[in-house]
Amino acid sequence: MNQTHHDAAGVNTGSIKSYAIGFTLSVLLTAIPFALVMTGALPHSGTIFCIFAAAIAQIIVQLHYFLHLDTSSAMYWNLMSILFTFFIIFLFVGGSIWIMHSLHYRM
Amino acid sequence: MMATEATLQNDTLQTHGEVHDTASIAALGFWIYLMSDLIIFSGLFATYVVLSHNYAGGPTGKELFDLPFVLGETALLLLSSATFGLTMLTMRKGEIRPILLGLVVTFLLGLGFVSMEIHEFNLFIHEGAGPQRSGFLSAFFALVGTHGAHVACGMLWMVVMLVQLVTKGLTAPVQSRLLRLGMFWHFLDIVWIGLFTVVYLMGVL
Repeated sequence: MNQTHHDAAGVNTGSIKSYAIGFTLSVLLTAIPFALVMTGALPHSGTIFCIFAAAIAQIIVQLHYFLHLDTSSAMYWNLMSILFTFFIIFLFVGGSIWIMHSLHYRM
Repeated sequence: MMATEATLQNDTLQTHGEVHDTASIAALGFWIYLMSDLIIFSGLFATYVVLSHNYAGGPTGKELFDLPFVLGETALLLLSSATFGLTMLTMRKGEIRPILLGLVVTFLLGLGFVSMEIHEFNLFIHEGAGPQRSGFLSAFFALVGTHGAHVACGMLWMVVMLVQLVTKGLTAPVQSRLLRLGMFWHFLDIVWIGLFTVVYLMGVL
């Protein structure tokens, strides 16, 4: 009965190991940029590069270890829809910054 | 007798297959909703980035933000994401008690996060740094407030699931709803990574 219950809900719920890895990596990828900003150990542009690299890495870590997103066939449409959404976000945010920056520059 | 058993088994398999399909289709549908929610956040992020230096003579992010406090908020949200993940693992055992416990713990961590955020907002408004002060602060309150409202909705959903677990038990629809609540909760943690980086870390730099 329990077995049926589990399978009925189906879909991937991961394992303790995957949550532990995801959690540990997330803690590290939060602590590193926090420490960099608090101590000012790197020059300004280096710090900006590092905190964005850490954020992107952490987003990928959480998508993979918490939301179980991968390249398997079961996750194909989830992956395609998130890639499309990232493309739209790139247009939205990148386009806004580009246009408004240019406007500031010209005015 | 043998025939009946075989038919029964077959029946169970079929129902089981259908339920499985419904759960995964519902999960995909919910995923599409999350993507549209991400578009809302990206609009707010774009607004914030464009307005992030329009202080209108008011306070800057550097003067306002208390980074260690925000790190505390981040820790609570990340921990709650992990406890929810562990709760989903215990669902396999089919026992209700550990799921109830996990949901309550996750709810309390979420409550801690929302309380800290309300405290922060309250502090800013009392310092005269409310949303009407400058373009930067309007965008800040809109973006961070929208995320906070999502977290509060997730907590309401947890309360509903606690009630359903107690009254209906661990039925297939309840499990399927818990699965989607988990997706929602992890998603909010991912949005927070963006907020922590773009708003707070960049604001203090």
